[in-house]
Amino acid sequence: MSVAMKNTLLFVVVFGLIAATGFQQSWNVALGIVNMGLISAIMAMGVNMQWGYAGLFNIGVMGFVALGGLATVLVGMPHTPGAWAAVGPGMLLALFAGFAAIFVPILVYRRMRPGRRRAIAVFALLVLGFFVFRSLFDPAVKAIEAVDSARTGYLGGLGLPVLIAWPVGALIAAGAAWLIAKTALGLRSDYLAIATLGIAEIIIAVMKNEEWLSRGVKNVNGIPRPVPYELDLRADPGFVERVTNWGFDPVTASTIYVKLCYGALFVVVLLALIWLAEKALKSPWGRMMRAIRDNEVAAEAMGKDVTARHLQIFILGSAVCGLAGAMMTSLEGLLTPASYQPLRFTFLVWVMVIVGGSGNNFGAVLGGFLIWFLWVQVEPLGLWLMDWITAGMSDGYWLKDHLLESAAHMRLLTMGLILVLVLRFSPRGLIPER
Amino acid sequence: MDFLNAIVAFSNFVLIPATAYGAQLALGALGVTLIYGILRFSNFAHGDTMAFGAMVTILATWGLQGAGVSLGVLPTALLALPVGIAGTALLVLGTDRAIYAFYREQRAKPVVLVIVSMGVMFMMNGLVRFIIGPDDQRFADGARFIVKARDFKEWSGLREGLAIKTSQGITIVAAVLVVILLFWFLNRTRTGKSMRAYSDNEDLALLSGINPERVVMITWIIVAALATVAGVLYGLDKSFKPFTYFQLLLPIFASAIVGGLGSPLGAIVGGFVIAFSEVTITYAWKKVLTYLMPDSLDPSGLVQLLSTDYKFAVSFMILVIVLLFRPTGIFSGRAG
Repeated sequence: MSVAMKNTLLFVVVFGLIAATGFQQSWNVALGIVNMGLISAIMAMGVNMQWGYAGLFNIGVMGFVALGGLATVLVGMPHTPGAWAAVGPGMLLALFAGFAAIFVPILVYRRMRPGRRRAIAVFALLVLGFFVFRSLFDPAVKAIEAVDSARTGYLGGLGLPVLIAWPVGALIAAGAAWLIAKTALGLRSDYLAIATLGIAEIIIAVMKNEEWLSRGVKNVNGIPRPVPYELDLRADPGFVERVTNWGFDPVTASTIYVKLCYGALFVVVLLALIWLAEKALKSPWGRMMRAIRDNEVAAEAMGKDVTARHLQIFILGSAVCGLAGAMMTSLEGLLTPASYQPLRFTFLVWVMVIVGGSGNNFGAVLGGFLIWFLWVQVEPLGLWLMDWITAGMSDGYWLKDHLLESAAHMRLLTMGLILVLVLRFSPRGLIPER
Repeated sequence: MDFLNAIVAFSNFVLIPATAYGAQLALGALGVTLIYGILRFSNFAHGDTMAFGAMVTILATWGLQGAGVSLGVLPTALLALPVGIAGTALLVLGTDRAIYAFYREQRAKPVVLVIVSMGVMFMMNGLVRFIIGPDDQRFADGARFIVKARDFKEWSGLREGLAIKTSQGITIVAAVLVVILLFWFLNRTRTGKSMRAYSDNEDLALLSGINPERVVMITWIIVAALATVAGVLYGLDKSFKPFTYFQLLLPIFASAIVGGLGSPLGAIVGGFVIAFSEVTITYAWKKVLTYLMPDSLDPSGLVQLLSTDYKFAVSFMILVIVLLFRPTGIFSGRAG
């Protein structure tokens, strides 16, 4: 069997599994899996660029995904009129002061000669900058959060079409990645891992606590959609007539229609990304990246700028993760900072990349679909398994209750098991790098 | 008088909690650093190993409590600790046999082992949630306080009270004992010396007849003991919730790296550096400052440098600063 045949077959199997969900459970569930699978595939492609092409160990995926989500709020939501009028400029000034408080000491550090005087100067500037920043920032925050805090209490967004938020999400994530890469990219792989893990936690902490920016744990809901609303569709006589003519129930048909619209948008993005990524991987640039990954010293001796290439690929991969994050938030229509969990948004994406096949774009896409399918379906499967195991036990027996209750946690166990098994028996993944 | 009040407030809200927290981090970081020194990879499953150890101990504690056994003023969990250590040791030895041993034989790159440990982390996390559930569990019993705030106020006549929780006292005593035991083992016993030799130069150690599998096995057992003690102490002091143990991974790794990965002494110092920075930067200093400053200069705000939710940011900042200026950590670990 040729490689292409095998790979096609793998994709057919995965989509067969999803289709089976459609026949067995409902097409709503199946399309939900497809849509999140598309987003997962894009996230996996982002991580694959960093790990598969260049061997960079980034476990801060969650942070970039969350930044993408924040972008949909900043771009798509209408702005809060009172807040901008009251303190918008003050806030911008405060943020500017914040940046100055970081960059001025860095400049001083670069310009002055090493020694005690430099250390004192930098430290003093940092402390001074911090207090200046806080003195401007705190009142601005208070004022913004006071504006109608039950409904808004944050700056709001620019009120632009939400599709613009997708590239903006990628840009914001890229900006954050640039900052991180500048400080942490020179470090050894495990240090980079810990550093990115930390950054992701900090980004989530900021989004949870800075209510003026993202409403924090009060969440932002009703983020505008790029596709029609179910209720509007049901109110549209033309739509209702058409679907009833085809023999569908308007309520189900409207939800499926919306999911299909999202799916179509996501497919366009995914195909464009795959096309670009394949082009890049097959170009001299892609070969250089893999050369650097396989032997940094040799590549450097050949005159390749390893640091600059690492910086480049780290930013690109993170931008793709940010894009996926923006798409996900506009699919869900709400931003809940508390829902970002590292196991779900960082480590699960890693499982996708490793299982799919690191270094291969199609592998990452396949992994994204397969692992997302399993993530959704393991829970009912676990419940079914537990039902079967406990069938012989009498009702109310403590072990039966406990097992049934714990079935929900089968997910993590299964994902870990899959990762470990794949690493052991097929370390190059389902679709290995060519 | 004001000065004494300030000192008491400082001890009550900063010194004692940070010392206890630092001891817990140090024990966790010791485990990470030992694995790094002997097995040469960063073990991401360490937080969940701690959770597993704490969980086994909690189950044993409940068993003891059910049987009516107690330690009086001390928490029963101390009595259940050996069971927890044994259970965790079995688990990590099993994981080593089933998973890590294969990669050791292949001499796989450390980063592969790190990814493998991510898989193990998932599984342990799932296992703990599967057995005990994702919710908070309380298992502390015995006396809650060694020194009560009100008793202290009456005794000293100060306005500020000083409270020392039993869990804090136990944490500090236990940490000191464990560290003394560990260093005695590493420096004085034959096995400990062979471990250090293996950590310093694997090939040389193999040439001189040290059995690597034995070294690895003993390392895992020690790590299991350290992780369980750290997990139980943290659980007694705060509360047991599987997810918080996962989140401890960041400060623990920060401690180990700040101290110098692979250096046991560094892990301890790193633990306290991280704990004290976290607590001092996120503590609202208003109370202490009002005693120290003249009335006219009373601080208007809380004088809190960062809100408590940003405590991760603190360990992270220290980590980055140390890595930028002294990449091998304070005590130059083996990771250059």
